[in-house]
Amino acid sequence: MHDAHVQPRPLGGRILTVPVAILTVLTLVGFYYIAKRYFFGIGAVANVNPGYPWGIWVAFDVIVGPAIGCGGFAMALLTYVLNQGKYHPIMRPALLGGLFGYTLAGVAVMIDLGRYFNSMNLLLPWHLNTNSIMLETALCVMAYVAVLWIEFSPAFLERFGLSKLRKTLERFMFVIIALGVLLPTMHQSALGTILAVNESKLSPLWWTQLLPVLYLISAVAMGYSVVAFEATLVSRGFRLKSELPLLSSIGRIILWLVVAFMFIRIGVIVLNGNLGLAFESTRAALLFWVETFLFGAAIVLLSTDRLRRTERYIFLSACALLLGGTFYRLDSYLLVYTGSPGWRYFPSVPELMITIGLVSLHVLLFILFCKLLPVLSNPPRQAAEAHAS
Amino acid sequence: MSIDRRAFLAKSFGGFAAGTTLAAGEAQALTLARPDKVASPDAVGILYDSTLCVGCKACVAACKAANGAPAVVPATLADWNQGEWDSAEDLDGRTLNVIKAYVNGTREVKDRETDGFAFVKRHCLHCIDPSCVSVCPVSAMQKHPVSGIVTNDKDACMGCRYCSYACPFGVPQFDLTQAYGRINKCEMCGHLQAKGGIPACCDVCPTGASLFGKLTDLQKEAETRISLPAGTPHDFPRGRLGGDRPANPGQTANYLKKVYGEKDAGGTQLRYIAGVPFDKLGLPNLPNHSFAATAEGIQHTIYKWFAAPVVLFAGLLALTYRSTRKGNGGAGGDAPHSSEKS
Amino acid sequence: MLLASLLRANGSHSLPATESTIGGMNRREFAKFCAGVAATMGLPQAAGLRMAEAAATQARPPVIWLHGQECTGCTESLLRAEHPTLESLILDLISLEYHETLCAGAGHQAEAHKQKIMQENKGKYILVTEGGTPTKDNGIFCKVGGKTQVEQVREAAEGAAAIIAIGSCASWGGIQSADPNPTGAKPTQDIVPGKVVVNIPGCPPNPYNFISTVLYLLTFNKPPELDEKNRPKFAYGRLIHENCERRPHFDAGRFALEFGDLGHRQGWCLYKIGCKGPETSANCPAIGFGDVGFGSWPVGTGHPCFGCTEKGTAFHKPIHSLATVKTLTPPTAFPTVEGAKGWPADPAAVAILAGIGGALVGAGAVAASRMRGTPADDDDTSHPKS
Repeated sequence: MHDAHVQPRPLGGRILTVPVAILTVLTLVGFYYIAKRYFFGIGAVANVNPGYPWGIWVAFDVIVGPAIGCGGFAMALLTYVLNQGKYHPIMRPALLGGLFGYTLAGVAVMIDLGRYFNSMNLLLPWHLNTNSIMLETALCVMAYVAVLWIEFSPAFLERFGLSKLRKTLERFMFVIIALGVLLPTMHQSALGTILAVNESKLSPLWWTQLLPVLYLISAVAMGYSVVAFEATLVSRGFRLKSELPLLSSIGRIILWLVVAFMFIRIGVIVLNGNLGLAFESTRAALLFWVETFLFGAAIVLLSTDRLRRTERYIFLSACALLLGGTFYRLDSYLLVYTGSPGWRYFPSVPELMITIGLVSLHVLLFILFCKLLPVLSNPPRQAAEAHAS
Repeated sequence: MSIDRRAFLAKSFGGFAAGTTLAAGEAQALTLARPDKVASPDAVGILYDSTLCVGCKACVAACKAANGAPAVVPATLADWNQGEWDSAEDLDGRTLNVIKAYVNGTREVKDRETDGFAFVKRHCLHCIDPSCVSVCPVSAMQKHPVSGIVTNDKDACMGCRYCSYACPFGVPQFDLTQAYGRINKCEMCGHLQAKGGIPACCDVCPTGASLFGKLTDLQKEAETRISLPAGTPHDFPRGRLGGDRPANPGQTANYLKKVYGEKDAGGTQLRYIAGVPFDKLGLPNLPNHSFAATAEGIQHTIYKWFAAPVVLFAGLLALTYRSTRKGNGGAGGDAPHSSEKS
Repeated sequence: MLLASLLRANGSHSLPATESTIGGMNRREFAKFCAGVAATMGLPQAAGLRMAEAAATQARPPVIWLHGQECTGCTESLLRAEHPTLESLILDLISLEYHETLCAGAGHQAEAHKQKIMQENKGKYILVTEGGTPTKDNGIFCKVGGKTQVEQVREAAEGAAAIIAIGSCASWGGIQSADPNPTGAKPTQDIVPGKVVVNIPGCPPNPYNFISTVLYLLTFNKPPELDEKNRPKFAYGRLIHENCERRPHFDAGRFALEFGDLGHRQGWCLYKIGCKGPETSANCPAIGFGDVGFGSWPVGTGHPCFGCTEKGTAFHKPIHSLATVKTLTPPTAFPTVEGAKGWPADPAAVAILAGIGGALVGAGAVAASRMRGTPADDDDTSHPKS
C-alpha cells in the first residue's frame, strides 16, 4: 500500500560524502571570484561590456534560477489552490528547491548590482518608480523569498521541536500560502514584461506584447517539471520509494500548459507575419527551433496516458521542458538580445565559476537540508518493499 | 537579398494562418501602449550633421575635459598604449561621447555609402519618451521637465544596468572597471548650461557639425539643410544656433531626406542628418513610437488600479483557507495533519 | 655669354675617373647627395647611384627657363638651395641656357641664344616655366622680346623633351588668376594642352622637389610618377595634414582659436584659423625649407598653411576659411561602427560550458536509461528497473 501521508523526516547519514566535497570545492572557487568582484569591480571578473550590459549572472542566475525554483509555486498552486492534497509528499522538496532557487538568485543580484550599497533605495518610497517593471519584480521577489522561508519554516520547527510556535504559524499559514501563489504569478510574468521595452533589441520570434503571459505559463510548466525531475532523481539518489503516480497526474497538467504556451507563441508569430524569420540562417532562427524542438518533444513525451505512467518518459519530458524553458529565458535575455553594433559577449571563466559556485551551493544546501531536516517523506525503498511483501 | 527571402518566407509560411500583410497590420494595431510623451516646448537639443564632421574628435576630448572623465584604453590596445592616449572604441563607463567611422570598400569619398566613409558622433540622444527613465526602479534616471535633459543620480542608482540593457541606442554605461562604479551618460553638460554655457562638444566643434540650440529651431535648421540641393552655399552656424559666432561658410551635402530622431523611438533631442543611411552609422532603424510607452502600457494594463492582484489575492485566500482548514488531505500548512500519523 | 658659361670654372666633370668636384662636392659627397635625392623620392638606393652616374656622365641637358606672371620667388627659393647649390645644379647637372633672371646677356642677344639652343637641341632640352600666362586680350599683359607669353611658351614647348611648370602660378595660374582674374592668367598646361606638363606647385615650391624631378628626368628619361594633377607623387602624394607635427593636437581637439592666443602660443593645431593642410598635398612638413632644420615651414612657424600646392585653394579660398578635410581614409585610430569589440570566447570558458552541457546530457541519458521504460502498475510503483 502506498501511503501518501508519511511524515517527512531527516534522512540522516554521513554528511561528508564525495559529492558534498566536490560541491564544497566548487562553491569555494565561486566565492573566491565573488570576493574579487567586490574588490576590483565587475569588469575584473566578468565579460559584460557596454554592448551587453547583462551577462549570464542575470540571464541564468536571476532569470532562469527562479523559474527552476518555481517548483514551490507550482506545487502550492496544485496542493492548496486546486486542493489536491495527494501531492503533499513532494511539497517540501519542491519548496526547498524554490527556496534556494530564489535565495541564490537574490545573492546573484547582489553580485551583479554595480551599486549594491544603494539597493536599500528599493524600499524608500520617494525613490520608487512605479513605471518600472524591475521595481515590481524586485519587490515581489524579495517578498517571495521571505514567504518561502516562512512556508518552509515548519521543517525547522519540527526539527527543533517548537510545536507551539508551529501551531501558531499554522493558523496564519493560509495567508502565507496565498501570498506564495500571488507573488510568483506577479513576478514570473513581470520577468517577461521586463523585456517588453526591448522591442528593437529582441527578435520578433520572442518579442510580443504577450511576453508576460508566455513567461508565466512557461514558469509554471517549468515549476511542475522541476518537481517531476527532482522527485525522480531524489527517489533514485536517496534510494526512496518512487512518486510515480503523483508525477503521472502532474504530467497531464504540464502537457496542457505546454500546448497552451506553444499555441500562443507560434500564433502570435504567425499573426504578425514573422514566421519567415524562423527560416533565415540566423542564430535566432536556430535557437527558435531548438526551443520548439524541446517544447515539442515534451508534448510528444506526455501525449498519451501510457507514456505519462512511465517513469522514464516523465523524466525525459521534464528534462526537455526544463531545457526548453531555460533556453527560452536565456535566448530572450541574452542569446538573441541585440547588443550595440560590433559588441560580442561570451562569459569569462571567473564569471562562469561564480555561477557554477552558486549552483553548487544550491545543490549542496539541498542535500544538507534533506539530510538534516524533515524534508522528504518517501519511505525508504527497502522498507516499502518489506511493507508490500 | 535577405529581405527578399524573408518577405518570400513570410508570405509562404505566414500566409496560411491569415492573409499576410493585412493580418500583420491588424495584429500590430492591437497595442496596449499608452500614448507617447511629447517634447517640452522649451526643450534643448543638439543637431549633429555627419557631413560637416571632419572626425577631429575635438568634441571627444572636450567632453572628457568638461566631465572629468579619464582616458580609456581598450585591452586590445594596451600593448602599445599605456594610457597616454584616449582611444575608446565605443561609449563606456568613462566615455560619454565618441566619434566612430563608417567605412566601406576603398573608403574614397566621404559621406558615400559604397567605397566611402562617414563619421558619426554617438552619445545620449535624450529621448523625448526615454526607455531608461521608464525602466529605472529607483528613479535614478530623470528627464528634466523643461529642458528635457536625461540625467542619472548616482546616489539613487543601484547599478542594475537595466537602463543600458533597455536603451535602444546602448547609451547609459556603467563603469565596470571600478569596485564602486557608476552609470555615466551624456547629460548635455548641464553644469555648463547652468552657467550660461553650451555643451562642450558643440562649443569646440570647428565646423558646426555639433550644433546646440532649441529643439524646434534645430529641427527647422535640419529641414532647411536637407531640403537644399547638394552644393548649395549655406552658412553653417557654429556653437549655439542663433548665437553670435561666425558661421562656417560651406556647401550643403547630398543629404538623406530624413532627420533621424524626429520621430524615431518617439523622438529624440539629439537629431542627426547624414549622407549615408543611419543604420550604417550604428543608429538602428526604429519604429516611430516610444518603447517606454509600450512597456508601461502593458504593465499598467495588468496592474490597473492594482485591481487584478487584489482580486487574485482575495480568491487565493479563500481557496487556501478552505484547503488548509477543511482537511481534504492537504491541511496544516505544508505538512500533513500531525494527527494522521502518530 | 650666359651666366652658366661665365661661372664655369672647371671644364671637366667626369666623375668616375678623377678626384674632381661637382658643385663644390667631391665624388663621395655627390653620391651621397644623389642617394638623398633618391630617398626623398622614395626610390631605392641603387637609383641614387644611377642618378650620380647619369649626372656625371651624360651630356648636360640644356634648360630653357621662361618667366611669366610671377614674383620670381621660385627662382629666389632655388637660389638658396644648399645641397647642391644652384651653381652646381646649373653648371654640372644641367646646362641653363636661358633664364631671364640669371642671364648674363640681355635683350636680342639672349633671345637669339635661346632660338639657337632650341634649334640645336630640338627634342632634347627641358623647358621650365615660372609664372602664369595671361590670355585675355591676346595675352598682351606679358611680353618678352615682342612676343606674348603665350607665344613664348608654345614656341619653346614645341621642341622640349620635358616641360616643368614650377610654382603655383605656372601650375594653377597663381595669384593673378584669383577672381576676377583681369588678365585671364592660366597655367602652363592650359597653354599647351596636348603636352605632359610636370607641375611643381608651391609658393614657392621646395627647391628639392624641383631638383629631384630634374635628376629623375635626367636619369630615367621620363618624368617621375605623377598624380591626377600632374604633380610628382613623391613630393605631393600625401596631405600636409598627414605628416604635420601639429597633427596630434588636431586629433586631441586642441586648436588655436586666434593668432596669439594660448593655443597658438602652445603650438596647437591651426585648423580653426584656416589651415588648409587637411586639403593640401605636399611634403612641406617632412622636408622643411631653407635647410635650417625642423619646423621651418609655414605651419611650423605658426601660420596656417594656405594651400599653395593645391589647385583652387591658395588665392581662391579665404585664408581664414576652414579646410575641407580630405582624409583619404579615416585613420585606423577611429573605432568603426561595426568593428568587433569585447572579448572573444575564451577556449577555457567554452570548454567549461561544453563540459557542463555534456555532463548534463550524459547524466540525464544514464538516469533515463536506468528508469523503467514501461508503465508502472499501481501496485508496483516502487520497482524501477535497475
